[in-house]
Amino acid sequence: MTETIDQTQRSNWRCAACGIALQPGKVTVSYLDNAYPVELLRCPRCGLTWVPEEIALGKMAEVEKALEDK
Amino acid sequence: MEQKELRGLEDRCIQEYAPPCTAACPIHVDVRGMMGEMSRGDPEAALKIVRKTLPFPGIIGRICEQPCRAVCNRKNAGGSLAVAALERACADLGAHQPEKKLPMPRKNRKVAVVGGGLGGLTAALDLAKKGYPVVLFEARDRLGGRLWDVPEEILPRSVITAELNVVAQAGVELRLKTPLGTGLSLADLRTEFEAVYLSLRIEGHKPDGPGSSDGERAPVDPATMATGQPGVFATPLREGSYSPILAISDARRAAVSIDRYLQKVSMTAARQNEGPYVTRLYTNTAGIAPLGMIPMADGRAGYSLDEAVQEARRCLQCQCLECVKVCAYLEHYGSYPKKYVREIYNNLSIVMGHRQANQFINSCSLCSLCREVCPEDLDMGAVCRQARRTMVDQGRMPASTHEFALRDMQFSNSEEFALGRHPPGTTASEYVFFPGCQLSASAPGQVERVYAQLREALGVPVGLMLRCCGAPAEWAGRMDLFQIALADFRRAHQALGSPRVILACSTCYRMFQTYLPEIEGVSLWVLLDRQGLPARATLSDQKGIVSIHDPCTTRGEQSIQDSVRRILARLGYQIEELPLSREKTECCGYGGLMWLANRPLAKGVVQRRIAESPLDYVTYCAMCRDLFVAQGKRSLHLLDLLLEADPESRSMRPGPGYSQRHENRARLKRKLLKEVWGEEMPKLQEYGKITLNIPAEVQSRLEERLILVEDIQQVIAHAESTGKKLVNPQTGHFLAYHRPGNVTYWVEYSPAPKGHGFAIHNAYSHRMLIEESKKL
Repeated sequence: MTETIDQTQRSNWRCAACGIALQPGKVTVSYLDNAYPVELLRCPRCGLTWVPEEIALGKMAEVEKALEDK
Repeated sequence: MEQKELRGLEDRCIQEYAPPCTAACPIHVDVRGMMGEMSRGDPEAALKIVRKTLPFPGIIGRICEQPCRAVCNRKNAGGSLAVAALERACADLGAHQPEKKLPMPRKNRKVAVVGGGLGGLTAALDLAKKGYPVVLFEARDRLGGRLWDVPEEILPRSVITAELNVVAQAGVELRLKTPLGTGLSLADLRTEFEAVYLSLRIEGHKPDGPGSSDGERAPVDPATMATGQPGVFATPLREGSYSPILAISDARRAAVSIDRYLQKVSMTAARQNEGPYVTRLYTNTAGIAPLGMIPMADGRAGYSLDEAVQEARRCLQCQCLECVKVCAYLEHYGSYPKKYVREIYNNLSIVMGHRQANQFINSCSLCSLCREVCPEDLDMGAVCRQARRTMVDQGRMPASTHEFALRDMQFSNSEEFALGRHPPGTTASEYVFFPGCQLSASAPGQVERVYAQLREALGVPVGLMLRCCGAPAEWAGRMDLFQIALADFRRAHQALGSPRVILACSTCYRMFQTYLPEIEGVSLWVLLDRQGLPARATLSDQKGIVSIHDPCTTRGEQSIQDSVRRILARLGYQIEELPLSREKTECCGYGGLMWLANRPLAKGVVQRRIAESPLDYVTYCAMCRDLFVAQGKRSLHLLDLLLEADPESRSMRPGPGYSQRHENRARLKRKLLKEVWGEEMPKLQEYGKITLNIPAEVQSRLEERLILVEDIQQVIAHAESTGKKLVNPQTGHFLAYHRPGNVTYWVEYSPAPKGHGFAIHNAYSHRMLIEESKKL
């Protein structure tokens, strides 16, 4: 599942438009009127954020389900 | 769901009713529980269960007349269980530890029991256990009454003495050689005690009331054992020969009355099932192999442990579970409808907290096989369908569950697929062919050919309507969207002059029958059966044996099922019916959107269905066929047999993936418009022009993740036009996201060589929204 984006590639994603490496930053994610601050890698200039596959299919999916059943 | 409705539904599930043996037993010994423990070789645990209701198992196990055996479901399959002999075995083989006394608060209202037979002893024991100070008066010099009349070889004296000991151990004060009448009047007892129980069913006494010692006869209420005098209870006169178990039952009833009398609560409330009754529990005994009663090597010694275990294993452990036995879904959640409807009710009622039954409610196929097999016609499909509508109304339906199917429906009812036309060159239609969305998705070529065939064979103008009937919305509880789909259909149908509708899909058929009864619908299969088969269909005598899988939406549609069988017979196939077919057919796992709500369960449903016969399956629903084949079952659609030169070659044809299903529908419309009506259809979406190269392994991942080609095209269109994308300089791959609706799709891609579209390396999605801001 993560063969295309693994730990070694993690730092390899760069913002294509700004041409710079991503850096950790605070981002707000929200679902069904619930908002959470999370730390994700993002472009320090334009703010383009990267949600890695394992977070989308792991933690995020879990929280989504919990909120839907709340 | 109202409380009253819940109660009504709960009451229709009979699983929790007592087995017939327990219901027939005047004191309701848990025979099934005892058998269960004994069959596991645990006489101690079995004895513990027996003792909950039966105070003297060693005695009763030797002399009970066993009304339970007359109603035992094993009766006609080798003979009723040896219930009393096993009770005795419990007493003989179970460790004789004294019963653990629960520390009941000591009460101060004294009770007198007159008569030391089985009845008097039972009442005294029951009341002592409840904490009442009890004095038992016995005329003779020993307890047991007529037990001593039983021959010693049947009831050894040592057993009487040992078992009756529990009465004194329970704290009952015994006054032997103290008969009522001489020096002890009822009036005396009423002065000293707050309640009196006269258990005087011994010879020489008038057994039916306190008046007996005074020369009067007063009636005893057989339900409460109350007499005309407050606080005085007595055993009623019973017809027929003496029954030890009835004596215990009467006494227990009197003890309950005395407790209620002293507690000043209702004497009559909630007592309907005291004494023997007929249970509502249904137990299916079809197919149970006969097994005779296990004999005792030594009749006098009773069952050995080994014999008792063998005998107890004959117990059928009566229960209903008719629905659970035939439904993988009801089985999967480990319980039965009575519990399930309560869980659904709770799920719909809670204001705060985790709704635990959401997935349960959404996993039902709504096929209603449960109602078909239920002795009380309880329909979990109807309950789940209604529950989904309530969840939608409450705004509590998890958005992710059905969205994919609803988008699919939206696609089918969009310009991409929806179409309504009279036959070429005409302005009126006698019939209109409505193939439905899934046949069009799975076998668009067959839709074309059937339409051509119908125009040729019927001799009257046959129009065409392409769209979705709305079933996904109905299944999802989205009645708002369903009503729109129905209204759109009705409008399109009226625009064609309201012709008769030829339906290839039984789900469409069911939907229109239920919600648009004014529309005259005819099943394609009934029509073909009546009008004759396509010329291309090769008729022969010998084409082998197949099994028919009736789609679950044909339940109750016998004429369709009959037509399909006649068509198969005419084609030369022999039919071996599946164990569950016709009105008892099963869902393939797609119905009710189970496939989307609970994929692992739905796969289990498919696995179970396809394992029912090694023969090839023939069905007449595209979705059933595709799901069966996907799990490795050779399956054919009836149209394969009617239209294909080499049907066999189609039996393992994989169904198209989700994206391909869209593509097939769109292409079908495009092709028909061009070839039948000579019209061109423009490509509707700009992003649809983006060509993708998706390796098979990525393709199957997309299927699993419900990501469509059009979703990917939109991400790339967005990324390429805005420049918002990530890049990996080492691989040259881009990674971008886009959120066209409620889902954010991420796509890892790279431009294909020579500028021909894009290679797709991966895609995933989430529903959480990333709130972008430039502020860091």
